[in-house]
Amino acid sequence: MARLPEAKAYQALARSKETTRPVAANVARAFLVGGLISVVGQAFMWLYETVFGFTEQTASNPTVATLVFLSVLLTGLGVYDKIGEWAGAGSIVPVTGFANTMASSALDARSEGLVYGVGANMFKVAGPVIVFGTVAAFVVALVRAVVEALV
Amino acid sequence: MIFFWAFVVGGLISAVGQLMMDVGRLTPGHTTVTLVVAGAVLGGLGWYEPLIRFAGAGASVPITSFGYALTTGALEELKRHGWIGVITGMFEITSAGISAAIIFSFLAALVFRPKG
Amino acid sequence: MRRGRTWLFPNRPGILASAAVGGPKEGEGPLAGDFDLIFDDVYAGMQTFEQAERKLLESAAEIALKKAGLGKDDVDLFLAGDLLSQGVTASFAARTMGMPFIGLNGACSTSMEGLALAALAVDAGRVRRALTGTASHNLAAERTYRYPTEYGAQKPPTAQWTVTGAGAGIVALDPAPVVITAATVGRVVDLGLKDPLNMGAAMAPAAYDTIVTHLEDMTRSPGDYDLIVTGDLGRIGRELLLELLEQAGLRFDPEKIVDAGLMIYREDQGVFSGASGAASSAAVFYGHLMKHLVAGTIFRLLIVATGALMSPVTYQQGESVPTIAHAVAVERGR
Repeated sequence: MARLPEAKAYQALARSKETTRPVAANVARAFLVGGLISVVGQAFMWLYETVFGFTEQTASNPTVATLVFLSVLLTGLGVYDKIGEWAGAGSIVPVTGFANTMASSALDARSEGLVYGVGANMFKVAGPVIVFGTVAAFVVALVRAVVEALV
Repeated sequence: MIFFWAFVVGGLISAVGQLMMDVGRLTPGHTTVTLVVAGAVLGGLGWYEPLIRFAGAGASVPITSFGYALTTGALEELKRHGWIGVITGMFEITSAGISAAIIFSFLAALVFRPKG
Repeated sequence: MRRGRTWLFPNRPGILASAAVGGPKEGEGPLAGDFDLIFDDVYAGMQTFEQAERKLLESAAEIALKKAGLGKDDVDLFLAGDLLSQGVTASFAARTMGMPFIGLNGACSTSMEGLALAALAVDAGRVRRALTGTASHNLAAERTYRYPTEYGAQKPPTAQWTVTGAGAGIVALDPAPVVITAATVGRVVDLGLKDPLNMGAAMAPAAYDTIVTHLEDMTRSPGDYDLIVTGDLGRIGRELLLELLEQAGLRFDPEKIVDAGLMIYREDQGVFSGASGAASSAAVFYGHLMKHLVAGTIFRLLIVATGALMSPVTYQQGESVPTIAHAVAVERGR
């Protein structure tokens, strides 16, 4: 019977053979794409402020909605996952990445029906962001309120 | 100038996300969750708002701003309506993003099918 | 008959005919000419990726039957499995085929699990003709094990690309171009690796364990085989396997120990560390390698299909990846 290597030793060997991730290139691409998506956002801000008469505060709502629309469209056309493969966090971190998680989940689940498919699965990947964002905001707001009440 | 800083700050936040995935070995889910919580905390400390004034969309487009907006919504409503405002105000500001994502994603599921 | 843990088949069951089918990406790879059928659409003309996977398996099975000149009623047993939950691809294909059916559950090792069992049943005389096969579909697997297919996540270079394809073969005692001489069923090996995006590294020790056991049982050395082909270790897994074999003091020609996962695609096809999936070993064996055996360019072959036996739930719960490898020795018939 073959003698298997010791687990710890093998894990170390496996780690040594791992292809190193091209971290510098990945970070550069993430920077570029994340920056570009922000610039596109800024352009829509400018558009909504100067052409449609929104204020600096209110312009971010239609801007976000527009970015979300574009991201969902690119997801539906099968393009966003290709961008993501190249850009990594550059297309995951912006709000377009959030929209991509929801649109891709919805598209994939369509074959399982509109209610238990699309309806139940839409937040499968996006859910954690909303849950943790909400809980964190709740705790932070409470702490801030208590501190302000005391000071 | 705001365009330049939007590019730099938006890019930097994304670069931090990439480092979390490549060096910290976090999944995309853990990365975005961490960034959202970070945004909520920075919002509570009052540090995120200056960043948005400085970098515009560079700070409001990354997912960190989602955490910031949730906190801000809760705090603003708290000032107006007291303690219950923490619950009722939470989604006041972020409603646009979430509603748009739900509606457009639903419509997309009706129109497109996954291409792979 | 057996030697150690290895089953021997004295009645020399043979592979009468076999078939391999693939998807569009497989059709652009170096083995394109070895597939009997290439679907140029990832849906294979169906409505869902799951239906497409069934279509792949059914097509491979039907082409193999046609090549052997057999009808569905001429086969007594259908042995098949796949990567989807409850083995639906195999069961639904079995519904279409209408043959007595046993579903297999060896993940990517299913191809050789099925061939070993088919040889066993035929050699023992309980089954006249057995049909065995397996299929995988890249997008059905992505959806089941990873993320939605349109989700823009970046994969690390250790990841592997699930093959869209299927392979099937018919085993019988009738005179055949290729005979099955022995099979070594693997044991489950787990050295504590947890990364589902580096499965080749997790599976290499299972391949090592089965290969060494097989060689010891048969008192053979690697050089007694023209080729030893592992299922889907990919580049990293293969390097680790060679390292383990070397540490065990075996002498071998590294060019003669190859991986099916490194044969299906060209390097520039963006498949990271290589191919994976149940169809990796199945399509390469039932398509490419069978052609070489029939043509006589390979005389004796050991094919070692490797499988990772975790599920998304066990991964989320922090469990490591149990793995397995089954080896089948085949020779050119006389």
